[in-house]
Amino acid sequence: MAQRDITRERYTDGKPNLRRYHQAKWDEPVIFELSVPGQRGILVPEVEPDLRAEVGDVLADIPSGMRRQAPPALPELSQVAVVRHYMRLSQENLGADLNVDIGQGTCTMKHNPKVNDQLAASPKLSDLHPSQDDATVQGILEIMYRFEQILKEISGLDRFSLQPGAGSAAIYANVSIIRAYHKARGEADQRDEIITTIFSHPSNAACAKTAGYKVITLYPDADGYPDFEALEAAVSERTAAILITNPEDTGIFNPRIADFVDLVHEAGGLCSYDQANANGILGITRAREANFDLCHFNLHKTFSTPHACGGPAVGATGVRNELAKYLPVPVVERDGDHFHLDYDRPDSVGKVGSFHGVPANVVRAYAWAMSMGADGLREVAEIAVLNNNYLLAKMLEIPGLSAPYAEGKRRIEQVRYSWEKLAEETGVHSEELGIRAADFGLHYWTSHHPFVVPEPCTLEPTESYSKADLDEYVAVLAHVVDEARNDPDKVKTAPHNCTVHTIEHAPFDDPGQWAVTWRAYRRKVGGEEQEGT
Amino acid sequence: MAENTRKLGLIVNPVAGLGGRVGLKGSDGLHVQRKALALGAVPHAGDRAIDALDRLGRVADLEIVTWSGAMGEDAARARGFSPRVAGSSKSSESTADDTRAAAVEMRERGVDLLLFAGGDGTARDICEAVGEELPALGIPAGVKIHSAVYATNPLNAGELAALFLQGRVSALRSAEVMDIDEDAVRRGQISAHLHGYLKVPVRSALVQSLKAASGPGEEAAMAAIATAVTDSMEPDTLYLIGPGTTTRAILSRMGLDKTLIGVDAVENSRLLANDMNENQILASIEGRKAGRAKIVVTPVGGQGCIFGRGNQQFSPDVLSRVGRENVIVVSTQDKLNSLAGNSLWVDTGSRKADEMLSGHLRVITGYKEEAICRVAS
Repeated sequence: MAQRDITRERYTDGKPNLRRYHQAKWDEPVIFELSVPGQRGILVPEVEPDLRAEVGDVLADIPSGMRRQAPPALPELSQVAVVRHYMRLSQENLGADLNVDIGQGTCTMKHNPKVNDQLAASPKLSDLHPSQDDATVQGILEIMYRFEQILKEISGLDRFSLQPGAGSAAIYANVSIIRAYHKARGEADQRDEIITTIFSHPSNAACAKTAGYKVITLYPDADGYPDFEALEAAVSERTAAILITNPEDTGIFNPRIADFVDLVHEAGGLCSYDQANANGILGITRAREANFDLCHFNLHKTFSTPHACGGPAVGATGVRNELAKYLPVPVVERDGDHFHLDYDRPDSVGKVGSFHGVPANVVRAYAWAMSMGADGLREVAEIAVLNNNYLLAKMLEIPGLSAPYAEGKRRIEQVRYSWEKLAEETGVHSEELGIRAADFGLHYWTSHHPFVVPEPCTLEPTESYSKADLDEYVAVLAHVVDEARNDPDKVKTAPHNCTVHTIEHAPFDDPGQWAVTWRAYRRKVGGEEQEGT
Repeated sequence: MAENTRKLGLIVNPVAGLGGRVGLKGSDGLHVQRKALALGAVPHAGDRAIDALDRLGRVADLEIVTWSGAMGEDAARARGFSPRVAGSSKSSESTADDTRAAAVEMRERGVDLLLFAGGDGTARDICEAVGEELPALGIPAGVKIHSAVYATNPLNAGELAALFLQGRVSALRSAEVMDIDEDAVRRGQISAHLHGYLKVPVRSALVQSLKAASGPGEEAAMAAIATAVTDSMEPDTLYLIGPGTTTRAILSRMGLDKTLIGVDAVENSRLLANDMNENQILASIEGRKAGRAKIVVTPVGGQGCIFGRGNQQFSPDVLSRVGRENVIVVSTQDKLNSLAGNSLWVDTGSRKADEMLSGHLRVITGYKEEAICRVAS
């Protein structure tokens, strides 16, 4: 029998063939629909008579007003039914562990090392209760303290709180600190404006607005950089602060960032650095050197903790010493070998989350940072930037694509591309390319709304992905673009290999149609009467 | 007829664009069209319509209602459709009257969307005939395209029309119909005027990821802007409200009627005058102290112009008396974003006024939301 070169059978002309992917479809009902009255996953044994006699009626200790009149309407299922249900749902998903997850730019979708999940799942952590006495939770307090020291070194700022539940919560905490600072100086009413840029994370504008500030947004200058002259026009005695991301979501690093900070300081405002895009600058630049007063990191981005479908997460908020008294309570303090939670902070902005945040994610992030070491963290940034600029060069070989703003310049860790030319030529839009890419098992995202870059596409390769991974992603997009030119209907009628087809968009904009609970679903879709309150 | 038949009205202005390649700055009027043809101009509006119709093949149960020959029938047949021909032009040379008559007939026949190929003159004719009474969308085929009712190219016009007829796009917005005086352009002057609005479909994203929650829509954005402006209105101060749908929302919020394409004046929550010309504006601000007369404008025409297109009543004289610090610019963020990195601009006809207005200006984009935008002259 003739020998076959089995290692080359997945290749054509030296390039790997596109994946023949097909998504699973289980037609799985909502778990409430699977409920069978009386079915149980675990049968809890009856309390022994002796024990019952000794303890009495435990429910009698709960005030009657706090007791349910009827049991909660939870689904009743056997253990195997539950396992099967969630395994099926997991197969209908395209998660970070399945695809080359570089298509969700600005999210820093890096690999979450599994050993860190094991640490977080350890009973040593998961069995703790947040109300335990400090003396019994010295280990986790020490980890929180040590991780704060790491963040201080990375940012150059003086104190951190790990309480905020995610990046936006951390920005909100920072805005609260900014307000407390101006209030203490008697300027809270006068300083009612917060400045940001259109390519900073939208959470900056949103949090400032939520806190009651007027938001002033700067658009880029003619070269695509944050516009210093616009900032000059914006600052005044009404300026409370600037909240700014750098590099911005275009991947462009603001070369005049120190000038921005100085100008706002001169006007009496504070400067808060959104470090959501820190993955490309770890160990290279710091908030302190640019003279920022506050900053925040998303541990689910730069520090590799899972994104977890929108939470629970940690947004680490950092400040200079002068602002430390305003940090949320509690903070972890060290006293020799003893660690304790300090609640006695009269100037604090209060709580921005429950207890001390999400310690499991602090453990994951601490383990990751320790496994990297200082040199490793810098190497993370260097590889992330290298990956991104390799990807940029390969992507720009695809006809119809451009990288608007600061054209011809290198980018830091991500790029917001534009398919405007392709859309003009073919009528195929960016989202449609993304839906077709899903037919090859790849996730693809456009941009926050509203679109500032026309026909956007935001890719952020991080340090986690190999050259082969990046090549596969580019090859799929190049193939889809080729289809857009030669067989546009194939792209427009995609997906073909996924089981959920085009989703109607309009209901997303209509709260009247949202059914986010089973009860709302029964009411809005099933027409059930609303239960009395 | 099947119940879910979708009806598309199609009007092609066969002479649109004739004057362009032969350098005539436009094609309005029979004598210019004849001159263009004599200079060797080749009609191409029909071809542009054929390109757009390419996208409509996938719309199920589509019925095309159109006008005879070059006014739509030819294009539809060239794409393999069997259109219902509802009328024909009165003479061998089609005129603005034919466009208007066809548009009225389409409305009578209850078309779901009126798709037309032409330029600003065509849009103006359709606007005069049916206004905002039915959804309409332009296939760009003319020399002049200052109106915001046109897609960026025929393919995209066809695509948007198909999505609208399929029900995948349902939002409509009032888009400006602008036209310039061709004779003035031939004399070297540009003077674009706002003639009215057509209701055009707006394509938002087809799908959306969880991270990309879209805003509550243009109407809510305008209402937020209106609240920001009315909340900050000062007593005994004249507010001269320029044309546009964004500025109209300000008067709506005050319970007042706005001249959509004109300048209105309000003071102390009362409407003082409608549709003012330059002299009436000058008279209204005469003798007022600095800061007691303010101008509220929004970029008109989708290209970022804040003075000099569609609001020439705000003359250089008016602007210099009111002063830059009393100009309030309002715009939805979507409108600013659609400029794709280009600045706002002014072209008032006076270099001095243009220079006074240029530089960075605050633009109200929502309630407690402003943007700093460059203004070029």
